[in-house]
This record gives sequence, structure tokens and C-alpha cells, in this order.
Amino acid sequence: MTKYLLYPGCSLESNARAYHDSLMAISGPLGLELEEIHDWNCCGATEYVGISLTPAYALISRNLALAAKQANGTRTVVAPCSACYLNLAKADYYMRESPKLGVKVNTALAAGDMHYTPGSLQIRHLLDVIMNDIGLETVKRGVVRPLTGLRVAPYLGCMVPRPDYEHRWSNPEYPTELDRVLKALGAEVIDFPLKTHCCGGHMTQIGPDVAYELIRRLVHAAAEYRADMMVTLCPMCQLNIDAYQGEMNRHFGTNYRMPILFFTQLMGLAFGKEPEELGIGKELVNARAALARIGVEVPPAEAAPAPRKPRRPKEALPMPHMPEDMEVNQ
Amino acid sequence: MTSPENSSPTERIGVYVCHCGTNIAGTVDVEDVAQWAAGRLKHRGVVIARDYKFMCSSLGQEMIEKDIKELGLTRVVVAACSPHLHEQTFRTACKRAGLNPYLCELVSIREQVSWVHTDKVAATGKAKAVLSGGVERVLHHEALEPLRVPIHPATLVVGGGIAGIQAALEIADGGFPVIMVEREPSIGGHMAQFDKTFPTLDCAACILTPKMVSVGTHPNITLLTYSEVTKVDGYVGNFTVTVRKKARCVKTDLCTGCGVCQEKCPKKIIDEIYEAGLGYRKAIYVPFPQAVPKYPVIDRENCTYFQKGTCKACEKFCPTGAIDFNQEDEYITLQVGNIILATGYDLFDPRRIPHYGYGRLANVFTSLEFERLSNAAGPTNGRIVLRDGVTVPKAVGVVHCVGSRDRNYNNYCSAICCMQSLKFAHLVKERTGATVFNFYIDMRTAAKAYDEFYQRVLEEGTLFVRGRVAEVTDAARLAGEEGKLIIQVEDTLAGKQRRIPVDMVILSAGMQPRADAKEAAKLFGISCSADGWYIEKHPKLDPVATMTEGIFIAGCVQGPKDIPNTVVQGAAAAARVLGRIQQKEIALEPIRASIIEARCSGCRICNNLCPFNAILFHEDRMVSEVNPALCQGCGTCVAACPAGAITGTGFSNEQVLSQIEGLLMLNLDGGRRVAEKAEAVLA
Amino acid sequence: MTTTAIEVEIERPDLPPLPQPPIADLRFLEEVAAATAGVSRLEMCIQCGTCGGSCPPSADMDHTPRQLFAMIRAGMRDEALRSNTPWICVSCYHCVVRCPQGVHIADVMYTLKSMAIRAKLYKDSTAPDFSQTFVDFVENYGRSFEFGLATRHYLKHYPLRLPGMVPKGFGMLARGRMDLTPHRIEGLDQFRAILARAKELEAAS
Repeated sequence: MTKYLLYPGCSLESNARAYHDSLMAISGPLGLELEEIHDWNCCGATEYVGISLTPAYALISRNLALAAKQANGTRTVVAPCSACYLNLAKADYYMRESPKLGVKVNTALAAGDMHYTPGSLQIRHLLDVIMNDIGLETVKRGVVRPLTGLRVAPYLGCMVPRPDYEHRWSNPEYPTELDRVLKALGAEVIDFPLKTHCCGGHMTQIGPDVAYELIRRLVHAAAEYRADMMVTLCPMCQLNIDAYQGEMNRHFGTNYRMPILFFTQLMGLAFGKEPEELGIGKELVNARAALARIGVEVPPAEAAPAPRKPRRPKEALPMPHMPEDMEVNQ
Repeated sequence: MTSPENSSPTERIGVYVCHCGTNIAGTVDVEDVAQWAAGRLKHRGVVIARDYKFMCSSLGQEMIEKDIKELGLTRVVVAACSPHLHEQTFRTACKRAGLNPYLCELVSIREQVSWVHTDKVAATGKAKAVLSGGVERVLHHEALEPLRVPIHPATLVVGGGIAGIQAALEIADGGFPVIMVEREPSIGGHMAQFDKTFPTLDCAACILTPKMVSVGTHPNITLLTYSEVTKVDGYVGNFTVTVRKKARCVKTDLCTGCGVCQEKCPKKIIDEIYEAGLGYRKAIYVPFPQAVPKYPVIDRENCTYFQKGTCKACEKFCPTGAIDFNQEDEYITLQVGNIILATGYDLFDPRRIPHYGYGRLANVFTSLEFERLSNAAGPTNGRIVLRDGVTVPKAVGVVHCVGSRDRNYNNYCSAICCMQSLKFAHLVKERTGATVFNFYIDMRTAAKAYDEFYQRVLEEGTLFVRGRVAEVTDAARLAGEEGKLIIQVEDTLAGKQRRIPVDMVILSAGMQPRADAKEAAKLFGISCSADGWYIEKHPKLDPVATMTEGIFIAGCVQGPKDIPNTVVQGAAAAARVLGRIQQKEIALEPIRASIIEARCSGCRICNNLCPFNAILFHEDRMVSEVNPALCQGCGTCVAACPAGAITGTGFSNEQVLSQIEGLLMLNLDGGRRVAEKAEAVLA
Repeated sequence: MTTTAIEVEIERPDLPPLPQPPIADLRFLEEVAAATAGVSRLEMCIQCGTCGGSCPPSADMDHTPRQLFAMIRAGMRDEALRSNTPWICVSCYHCVVRCPQGVHIADVMYTLKSMAIRAKLYKDSTAPDFSQTFVDFVENYGRSFEFGLATRHYLKHYPLRLPGMVPKGFGMLARGRMDLTPHRIEGLDQFRAILARAKELEAAS
């Protein structure tokens, strides 16, 4: 069992409860021991930093201080939510880069009898831990019901792969980590060009017109690529694309029905867990239809034939050779 | 060691303190220092101490020469700038006056005192200490004669691109032998891949091939292609180079270059090198029709015979029986006097920038791929078409600064991409009539006829957008984008983000050092910068020499540059080499290390530390020895030797230790504690 | 005899007064850089436009990010703080990873937001109000409170849309994705003490 300190964040307790439930369901098979940070507070999302710098970083750092104190046997904090992950990671990084900020933050923390030494914790995202610590082999071994035939569009959103100061991801624009995990579950992963494009974040509340266009781009592209569903790791993205898809449709007069689930939910399904355990059914754009394709045992002979690659014309020029994990998967 | 207090002066020392305008005099009280030396160092042998505004001027030098002759000086100490600048000047002045130049010592009171301190009192005190150190040291200097080594008249040119070709031709035309070693089966380098060259739009092959033929047929040039240098020993004027001639599997004395073997070879593979991955070649191949030499080469990794043991079609059909599957690599040893490295560059790999889509999106091409596309001898016979090999594009985008001027990839500007991009715009317009967009941050057209070329391309109707391309994508969003490549960019002059649909995108990828540049530099014993470009001796005043005597660099190996500058550097390196050869011998600095054999315990710690591979080990006597011709006098071995068995002419233990004593002012008023002395002295 | 030049102000009441130059506060750049977390590298900008080219909502911004930086460097403080650009920024960080000069663009946007709030120069209060409402709940409970945030925000800014949101609201409630009451952390007093001290420090800087 590998042990980590868990920072759930406010979303996992409310609108992304499915993420939390499915994470708990898969932590057993993965050998992931998660200890929640006691009495953690909200990280401020993208709101507090826009109002006032020192209080915003003090707010984030209270969690770091709590985690550092609680750390027993582990110095790694895992955050499944993108904004929480980014805030915690940025706070630690900027306090190291700019000692002045560190001094201000610790002065504020001292008023609550707390202190955080920048660099004393490692802040990592859940996907990073699964890929690099747990490893794909363990994931593959846990799969009892491969998601064969399910076409998924991996969608990471912005704040996990970027700005990546600690270089944890294969690439900040086209990271392959989520693709590879989903492939390991047996799903058919499309090479989704917008996989790290923004969903609009809090613009659904502040400037809906801006947000609806961003959501439309994503859903349109996923539909163009004939994805059965989008798979994400960010609560905000899931909320926007799921809960606001109806309003977006009304705004543009379109008719998209693109379900979006968390990758932990798909992992749970592949590990043989029941949909209810994983919070499936909590989404507003229902995923049951898409999942029906894998919910029933389909004998191999009857499985839908893989779409044939278009034959290259004789005169065609050769494509550049691409490293294995970046292979185009049309 | 002579005790400073008790010795009577045996030498006559002249001390000269330079003002260097206000560079030194602004912070250090130079008159005071000179007077102090005349008074307090008199008992150490100082007979005259002068200060002067510019010691390096003719008048300053003449002052020294006059004193040497009239006062019979036996040692000279100049307190001025760093020896890097004027050590040679003052040594030569002494020589003119009849004093051995190595009896002159230059101490720096500029870089080491006036330029790094602001406290005038403390700086003046330090200058006195530095000068005192110099005086103590010079007492232990010996008259030395430079080492003269003969220069072998042959020259090795590594790299058969335009830089190497130019250098080789100039030296060969000058009447001296040249050996050219080229890794690929043919010479020509990157220039042979291009279609047209800017700004004249000369056909690259047309201007290059005559020079290639000259190299191939020149009586003074020995051409070793499909070969690599594996070992370099020796020193300037006397290099021993081992070259591995890879087995072509073709007997060059029998081959007529008829090309039947290539026709009959059944194995077709993608040519990653010459065709930039866009075209094919056979397993037995000549890279291009005008190759020099014309002999083909068998690519063993892809040849059916070598991999599976069958086929041998080339052997069956060769009319002269020139195929020899049993041919082996040959190792040749050469003696040369000078080496010119002209190994060129590699293209930046745009797969590192995934949001530009190269590799995923079919119709995104690199600059080299486009050159092959537009080249009449290329995979499409010069038709500019999309990756399907058939469709002519109606709109093309050319992206500048791909991988250059970017902290995330390469920080430098690659110098040629703006001109190259203009050339592409012109060619596309001319051949296809398509709408062409160029996306740039700045237009860098700084040489002769370059900006005029920009004007021409503007007249032709190419559309310029000032904005660094943010993304190239196929995810259509707006009307008119379906099936196209969309270039998303901020048009900074119009102040708006634009999405421009095109059929083809050409990425002007930057230049990078060769992938194995660092290993090659080690092989030759020269330095690379952190980027990987080879380091010239002086970036402004000596761009083709290196810090290693006898090794020169020319062309893009030194940094990104266009063809005219490459040719210039090739010619410059050739001129330097010709000058050396004409002199028949070279005088090497006698400042070098020597091992006192009696003290050497044979531990060999020094052997691997020497950056110039100048230390040999004698197995029979179990002692190390320094080769004085290779040794550059860096002092590393002297410091490292645990037995103190290594000393150096020009930096002997006595010299260094007495300089320290001088710095600490232990040479004045004998017997008292250092601190007391220093205070009393500085007063 | 040496002559020295003397500057004399000659009154010419017949001529109109010279126009005042536009107010350019050239220290604005330093101020923004100093108030940004980490090292902003704002002075390294070469105006290449990669940020503006990458920005997903740039079409809705008054100025592209690049234009905004040009304005900051020109000292156009008022115009820069009135711009809606930082409020439309979605924090996607495309600009940050693509900027060839390593400018921390997204963090500069946060700085501009807080400066605009302090100077009360923003044009549309929707975004600042949203942030402030969010923050108020966090300061009170230690956790965010979505239901409260949504109601208060929509009541204030989009009252006409509220009825249309009701079905979605019920949907979220029914699926257990929204709580009607806020969570509170245990160490609220200590938490508030930290924030109070932080605000003091921020005001002092």
C-alpha cells in the first residue's frame, strides 16, 4: 500500500461527489492509501487570487501547513481537483521562487500558530500518482471488465497539465497520460485535438456567452470524432460540460448529447465495480446509453468492426515517424 | 627558498604602473603605488618605478625599452590590465630591447582591483599588494625560448558541406594537400538538399555541384566519404588522425556509376537523410544523381542480404562485378598539420511542439521537407503538393521562428529562417498561385539584397501577419474551416485574434547543433557552448580559430548562419591554415608543465585530469611525462599531483609561493607579524 | 566675457496653453511586477502575440493580453485597469506555457484584477462581485458554499435567468450534487485570525 495525504477540495464533497465516490472505490484495487488532511479549508479556486494576493496564498498555505504537520510516513499531498492541485502546487512553487512571498505568508500563518516551509511537501495530481507511482501494470491487472468498444475522448482541461513548473507531465499541450490509462482499461481512445482546451471555468457564472462557445467547441469536436463520451479529471470541466450542456444547446439551437464522466468512474467500471458505487447516474447528460455498449457481454464475433483506415493513395508522401505513445489513433 | 629579508638584490627590476586613462587611475592612486614601489621595494631590486597614462601605447612601450637599455634592467613588472590583453605587447617590447620576453610579468590591477572595488583607499592598498606579489614572482622567472614545432603541410577537413568544400578548395588551390572526411556517402551537405537559395534564387545544386566536382577531381584533395574520424592524437602541426572508412560494399575501382544496382534492388525504404523523410531510396543507393563520388553504398541495416541472407540482386546485375558483400571497414591513419571542423547543423525537430501539429496533421511540413518538395529532383519532381502527393494547395501558411527565440526550446535566433520563409512564399506563389501567409515576430533581413527580396515578396502579394503562431489545428469551429488546417494567431498589428484556414503549413524550423556535436568536440579536444555550438577563440575578432591550436571551425558548426557567411568562414579558416603552412613551423608558448621524474610515484592521477590529453604514462619506468607540445599550461596537473612532482615553467612552485609572500607583504621589513606589517605598509 | 544661457518663462497670454501630455505612469510596470506572485518577467515581453493567439476567449476581451502588456509598459494605468481583459481570462495557462519569454501572464492577470478592485476601475461588476461573494462564504465557513453563491449571485446579476435555472438546481439536488446548507471547518477562529493578519500585510505592502 502506498500512502498519501488527500486534499479533496470543496467540489469533491458537492458537485463532483461522483469523483470522490469512484476514487474511494478504486483505491483498494490500486493499493492507494489516502489519508484526508484534517480540517482542510477551501483553496480559494480561481477567485481569491484575483482579489488579494497575500490572503489568497495564506488561505492555500493553511492546508499545506496542516498537511506538513499531519504527515506521518508520507510527504506527498494528492489532489484530484484541478484548481486545488494547481493552487497548492503554485503556492509552494512561488514561495520557493520568491522568498518575500514566503515570509508574508508565514507571518500570516503565525497568527494561527502555523508555519509552512516551502518545498517540504510534494504536491501531485491523482493521475500522476496512478501513472508514475502505481503504474499501468497494476491498473491492467485490476481490469476484469475491459471497456472494449467504448470510444472515449480524453479531456484534461487546462489546470492540470499547465503550467507544470515541476515538469510532471509528458507535455503541457498534448499529454498522453490520460490516454494511456484509458487504453489500459481497454477503451478505444480517440486522438482528441482539444484535450487540453479550456471549458470556460467560472465563466459559466460570470460571462455565460463566452463559456457556452468554449463548451460548444469541445462537445462539437468530440461529436465529430464520434466519441461515445468524454472522460475527464476536472470537477469544473465535468460540471460545465455536463450541467450546462442543456443551456449551451438552447443558446446555439444545437442538439448535442455528449456524456462526460470522471476517469475514476471508468476505472471503477473496468475493475468490476457497480455503477451506483461509482456515482454513475449523477451526471445530468445521462451516460447509461453509452455505457450500455459495454455493460452487456458482447461475443467477439458480433463486435462492431473497427473502422477501416482509409487506404493511402499510391502517390502519397510518407508521414514523419512519431514516437510510440504519440501515434495517431483515428 | 631565499629568505626575503636577508637577500641583497641580484636583479634590476623596472616597475610600470598604468593609469589606463581613468579605468585604473579613477579608483587606484597610481602615482602613490609607483612611489611606494620605488621606496618600499627598493631592497628587493626595484631600481625604477614609473606611472604612465597608457602603458600599452607606443610611448609607453618605448619607455620600457629605453629603461631596459639605459638602466640595464633585468626584470620588468607592469601593473595594468589583464594579461589576456597585453601580455604579448609588453613581452614583445622587452624582446625588442634585448630582454628575454619571459622575464616580463604583467599583473592586473584593473580587472582584479579597480574594476571590482569602489573603496579608493582599500583599492590602492590592494594594488600595492598585487604589485609586490608580481615583483617577488618575477625574481624567479627564467629566460625561456618558445618551443618550435614543424607544421605538416597536409590539412584535414571534417565535413563535406559548403563550408568544408570552400576551405578544402582554397587550401588545395594554394598548392597543399587536403584530406576531406565526410560521414554521408556523398559530399554536399544540407545545401545539396535545397531547391533555390536566397536572395538571388540561384539553384542550389547548380552553384554547388561545380565546386563538388572540383573537390572530387582536384589532384590535391583526397576525398574520404562514408567515413568518420575515430581518434585524434597529437598537437598543432602534428596531428595523427584515425579515420574509419565504412564499407560501401562496392569496389570503387570497378564501379562505373551506371546505377543498374539501384534500379534492380527490391528493397525500398524512406530516405530520412537526403529526402528529409519525404522520399524513398533503395538499400543500395547513391543519395542524389549529382553525388560526388558517384559510387553507391549498401545500407546494411536495410539490405535483404545482410539481414536475411537472400537477394543479391545488385551483384547479379552489376556489369563490372563491383559489388563486394565481404568488404570491411578500413581504418586509415593520417598525419596532418591542421584540422578544420565544418560539420554543419541539424534541423530543430518540430515534433517537440505538439500544438503545431507536425507528425499528427498530414499537411504540416518542415522547411527541409518543403525544400525537397520544391526541388525538381525531389520526390514530387518539383510539384508543390499536399501529403497525398496529388492535390495542389490553394492557401499556404509559412510559420517563422519554430523552435527559435524561445526559452522553452532554443533561445537564439536561427538567422536564416526569415529569408528562407520569404523564399518559400515566393516559390509557392510562383509554382501554384496559392494565397500565401507569412507569420512572423520580426523580419530579419539584414544582409546584402535581403531587404530588397522582402520588398519583392511584398510586391508579389504575399500576406504578412505579424504574430507568432499560437496553434495549428484541424478542429474546425467556424464556417469555412472544415477540412482545412487552421492557423490561430494574434494579428498584433490589427490587434485581433485570427483563425486562418489554409491547406498547407510550412514550419521554418530553426537550426540546432548536430546531435553528436558534443562527442565530436571531445574527440578533437575543443569546447562547445552549453547549446552545443563550437566555441570560437574570440566571438568578434577571431571567429574561426578555437582555443586549441591547429583546430579551426567554419560554417554552421560555430552558429547559425547563411551561405555567404558560411563560405566566408570556410575561406577564412583556409587562409589561417595556409598562413601556418607557409611558415613551416609554429612557436608554441613555453609556459607548460613538466614532471620531476624522481618525485613521480606513478599514481596517474594527472593522466585523466589533463583536458588536452598531454600526459603519457611510461609503463616501463612507471612514471608520467608531459608532452610539452600538447600542454597548454593550464596548471590542473600541477595542483592535483599529491606528491608535488609537477612543476611548470612559468608557474613553478617558487614563483607561485613567492608571489603569495609578496601579496602578503612578507617581503618588507623582515621579522614582524603579517597583520602589523600590512597596516604599517598601507599607511 | 562669458555668456550663460538663462531660461526665461515668457508670458504669452495671446496664445492658448500647450496641451497636457497624456498621463503616463512609467512606474506602473514595476508596480504590477512587484504585486505578482513569483517572478513575473513582464519586462521580457517582445510583443510576439502568442498569448493573444492562444487565448480562447480573446474575441470577447477589450484588449488582447499582449495589448494589455503594451499598455502597462506605456504606463497607461487607467486604461489598463479599466480593461475587461483580466475578467474574461479563464486561467487556461496556454499563454504561460507557450510564451517564448517565460512571462507569467496568468498571474499578471490576477494582479490586475486585484488592482482594479482596489482602484474601483472595473467597468462590469459581475466578475468582481462573483469573486467577492465566493470569498465571503469561504471566509465565513472555511469552505465554499455553492448554493448560497449561486442564489446570491444570480439574484444580483441575472435575476431573469433564475427561473430557468430551477430545473437544473433540482436536478443537482436530487442527485446529491449540491448541499442546501454550508459546511464549516473546526478551526474557524484560527482560520479567521490567519486571514485577518494576511489582509493587514497586504494592505501594508
